[in-house]
Amino acid sequence: MRKPVIIGVGLTPVGEHWKLALRDLAVEALLNAMEDAGVDKVDSLYVGNMASGSFVEQENLGALIADWAGLGNVPAVKVEAACASGGAAVQEGVKAVMSGLEDVVAVVGVEKMTDAWPSDATRYLAYAADAEWELFHGVSFVALNALVMRLYMKEYGYTEEDLALFAVNAHANGAKNPYAMFKKPITVETVMKSPYVADPLKLFDASPIADGAAAVIITTEEKAKEFVDKARMVEVAGMGRAIDTINLSHRKEFLFLRAAKVAAERAYKMAGIEVKDIDFFEIHDAFTVMAALSLESIGVTERGKGAMLAKEGQIAIDGDYPIQTLGGLKARGHPVGATGVYQTVEAVWQLRGEAPNQVPDAEIGLTQNIGGTGSNITVTILRRV
Amino acid sequence: MGRPMQVSRYWRHFKEKYRLIGGKCKSCGHVHFPKRPVCPECGSQEIEEFQFSGKGKVISWTIVRNPPSGYEYYKPYPIALVELEEGPVVLAQLTDVEPEEIDFGMEVEMVTRKVREFEEDGIILYGYKFRPPIK
Ligand SMILES: [Zn+2]
Repeated sequence: MRKPVIIGVGLTPVGEHWKLALRDLAVEALLNAMEDAGVDKVDSLYVGNMASGSFVEQENLGALIADWAGLGNVPAVKVEAACASGGAAVQEGVKAVMSGLEDVVAVVGVEKMTDAWPSDATRYLAYAADAEWELFHGVSFVALNALVMRLYMKEYGYTEEDLALFAVNAHANGAKNPYAMFKKPITVETVMKSPYVADPLKLFDASPIADGAAAVIITTEEKAKEFVDKARMVEVAGMGRAIDTINLSHRKEFLFLRAAKVAAERAYKMAGIEVKDIDFFEIHDAFTVMAALSLESIGVTERGKGAMLAKEGQIAIDGDYPIQTLGGLKARGHPVGATGVYQTVEAVWQLRGEAPNQVPDAEIGLTQNIGGTGSNITVTILRRV
Repeated sequence: MGRPMQVSRYWRHFKEKYRLIGGKCKSCGHVHFPKRPVCPECGSQEIEEFQFSGKGKVISWTIVRNPPSGYEYYKPYPIALVELEEGPVVLAQLTDVEPEEIDFGMEVEMVTRKVREFEEDGIILYGYKFRPPIK
């Protein structure tokens, strides 16, 4: 099998981009990535996006973005896996390169969320849940995560303050990231003083609604030499993806992300590594409790100990398990379908040694992207070439 | 606001949403809600209808303060995971209860209530909610 490597990254800051349309964001990130890679044409385009039809009444993003970026008559499609769309699009791009069908592939993740009213945005995000049996009852996506948060605190004896530590860590790291939406450190008190959105989940337990786009260029190790030095190549060493019941209430376990475990095991096996070999983790902290569950489900720690890692300071840049090194979803921002590609870009920065919040000597990084309430999850392992 | 509800989209779920009828696997006996074409336990496609009692207990709950558009009318409202006495868990609104009265393990029973209405001339959706049993 051909070895897939990322040779270029591009992105826009995450934020409320009132002056920019979905296509502007996507094209900017994509052209930045192509320039970074030194390529002027690609064989195909994969677009990670969750809900452009709802947010901006635009589907057919493959054609839209390839057309406006001047890519010519390439194959181009949108990849949708709810909030894991970006991670899934990266993996589809990698598969195309590995298969030998395509040599140089572009992946762009994009979401334009602030053109919708907030209550409509809340509605569109809930489309990732089970429409007939969850959204029908008026549940928001935040509320589904709040149900899990309450159970997690009860089962393992954690408090709201304990979980707030994940937000504090994310904001501390995001403060160093020029592309992050929030560049200000916060305290546990900031989280506790923020209003309840769905008790016990508060505004600062949740990632913000935002606009943004991120892109990567993927090729083979052989072909990469035509474009960049070895120091700028990052190998996609392993990847896995799995689903769980779309409906939270149908889960056998509410406090374990079965899809994350399966996806991570596939990725570790493909990369030939163990979880202890990984130097940093860009996990899906759309909600603070999901950071804890993610750490447990991908095997960083045992059940119920995820929040303990935060209490012990082990998730900080200088801890044993640094997470959200550029702010994560919580502070960098979470333009849903773009998030998995942002995570990939940030992991590439760490592995090239270019991160503004550098994990010393980082050789292997993991990205984990969750769609739905844990229903569709991607895990990708990136390694310095 | 979302687009008007298509009547047929709602009508096809009357059995489940009005009467809490789900599925039972003829092969392994697994009961589930709503009824599925394939048993999630054993993969059998031999599924018959199963009438749930409507009795259950709260295993987790939240108060929705920022609802999706179309559900603003009742806000804030409680939503819970309710474990039915026959085993399956369903998500539904709680009704006839104060938020501070809700607790882990609280017994509840199914009632039929208005869930949503679509503008002045639109259809009204009814469905199951759960309340503390009237003793
Ligand atoms: Zn069965």
